[in-house]
Amino acid sequence: MPEFAVEVFNLVRTYSDGEVRALDDVSLQVPTGQVFGLLGPNGSGKTTMIRILSTILLPTSGSATVAGFDVVKQPNQVRRHIGLAGQNATVDENLTGFENLRMVGLLNHLNKSYVVAKSRQLLEDFGLSHAANRTTTTYSGGMRRRLDLAAALVADPPILFLDEPTTGLDPQSRQDLWSIIEHLVEGGTTVLLTTQYLDEADRLAKQLVVLDHGKIIAEGTSAQLKAQMGTTVLALTFTSTDAALRAKPLLADLSAHPANIEGTVIELTVEDGPNVTADALRRIDAAAISLSGLALREPSLDDVFLNLTGHKAEDLSIDDEVPEEQRGRRKARA
Amino acid sequence: MSTLPASTSTHSPLRWAASDVLTIARRNLLTLARIPTQMVFLIIQPIMFVILFRYVFGGVIRVPGGSYVNYLIPGILVQTMIFGAVGTAVGLAEDLQKGLIERFRALPMARLAVLAGRTVSDLFRNVLVLLVVTGVGFLVAFRPHGGFIEYIQASLLMLIFAYCLSWGFAFVGLAAPNAEAAQAMVFPIIFPLTFASSCFVPVLSMPGWLRPFAINQPVSQTATAVRGLMLGTPHGSSTWISLAWALGAVLVLAPLAVNRYRKTA
Repeated sequence: MPEFAVEVFNLVRTYSDGEVRALDDVSLQVPTGQVFGLLGPNGSGKTTMIRILSTILLPTSGSATVAGFDVVKQPNQVRRHIGLAGQNATVDENLTGFENLRMVGLLNHLNKSYVVAKSRQLLEDFGLSHAANRTTTTYSGGMRRRLDLAAALVADPPILFLDEPTTGLDPQSRQDLWSIIEHLVEGGTTVLLTTQYLDEADRLAKQLVVLDHGKIIAEGTSAQLKAQMGTTVLALTFTSTDAALRAKPLLADLSAHPANIEGTVIELTVEDGPNVTADALRRIDAAAISLSGLALREPSLDDVFLNLTGHKAEDLSIDDEVPEEQRGRRKARA
Repeated sequence: MSTLPASTSTHSPLRWAASDVLTIARRNLLTLARIPTQMVFLIIQPIMFVILFRYVFGGVIRVPGGSYVNYLIPGILVQTMIFGAVGTAVGLAEDLQKGLIERFRALPMARLAVLAGRTVSDLFRNVLVLLVVTGVGFLVAFRPHGGFIEYIQASLLMLIFAYCLSWGFAFVGLAAPNAEAAQAMVFPIIFPLTFASSCFVPVLSMPGWLRPFAINQPVSQTATAVRGLMLGTPHGSSTWISLAWALGAVLVLAPLAVNRYRKTA
């Protein structure tokens, strides 16, 4: 395995005759043996990146290698080294869990008896043994995701692409999936993960890039990005818009980032939550401005975007990521 | 984790391709067996057509040779196989819609296996149709006098014809935005082909403007050939015309479907 499991050079992908630039000159390197995170809102180009790297989609320009093989010129070599699982959890509804895994194993040209043994083992490992012989229409969302991930693992690929693996899952299922992914990485698998969730990227990914409108707007380790964006958000709710406007200048120097004001709420991204909060309250009290609410929370992707770009993460519909003729299908799928 | 022998690399690419086609075909047949509505469509519908034409309309339909049931069953066989095309198109449209084809594209499998597997499973389905309709035919006094060998020949002709045509319906399935649209796109094609044909009534009973189409179109030629072989009656060169249509269809439609598949991401 080369030093970098995935290398991307100046990748561009446009849709609708160049009107939509889903990926706009993106370069990145994913070191072998760790989790690399692609963080960004819907429509930022994450899924387009995964589809190009898994040879489903051709790039408009630029190039990429996976396991040292060119995704355009050597797609079959690439396919032998990757597993793909994602938010769409494309398991076959009319097959049982076991049949799904067996089908994928056989299509990977693995030995039949090996496929049967491996499928059983994966179902066991992922807590799906009890449902192995039920069609997947009877599966819960979490079970489908686990089966989808198991299918991606049947051929023991050294590189795994996970497209928003936990989007739409309940907290327990998320935790389960995270543990599975961590376990895989301990075993030497390289994981390229896309996510909309900061906590997920923080928990799993050693290195991150943040995508916005098809461009990389920040990159580094999770710690570096956090330091850049602050670790806590202090949200203060005032009794009136006027009170909030009066308080804003008093609080300006408490954060390295500009305060975000929306109606009666002021939000500050800060390093040291409790002490800054105490300080803020003293200043507000001294100015005799009345407060109706206060909260400290983890920064969300919105906060990251606000700090990095000055605009909120627009919730672009997924349609912006896919070509015209595919829109009907995507809608039907969602 | 793996102590078992993982893969056998001794196989040639061609053998892997064949194995992929069978894996996909098997998966399609499992699906077919598990969707009740599909089974109803497959088994109940031809039985209803037999009953409808044999007992409801049959009394007023005059055919050369006299026995309408002998005229009818070969026609129902051909018609049912053509109707099976709905399943081809809908199945592929569904796979596309649900993202399964996308998953297949990321696997190191033969590119063509998704399409070839679909047409092969349709072939198996048509064999089942052949057995069911033949059985029902005998129950309603269908008596083919053409001989066993000719019955097999007629069956093979139908299966080949339907197989070649299913590549065209694979194309329709890939071009349709979803399963419902695929179904809506297939019916306007198969209705004129099966009903303005010699499947159910002699084309000479049709109005003059319709006759040239009804006589010469491929489904009529196939129905005439199948009927001739099964009943041991003269059928001219219809067997060869049917085979020529089949060959022509597959030569045009298979590349269309393959091309469409390559473009569908």
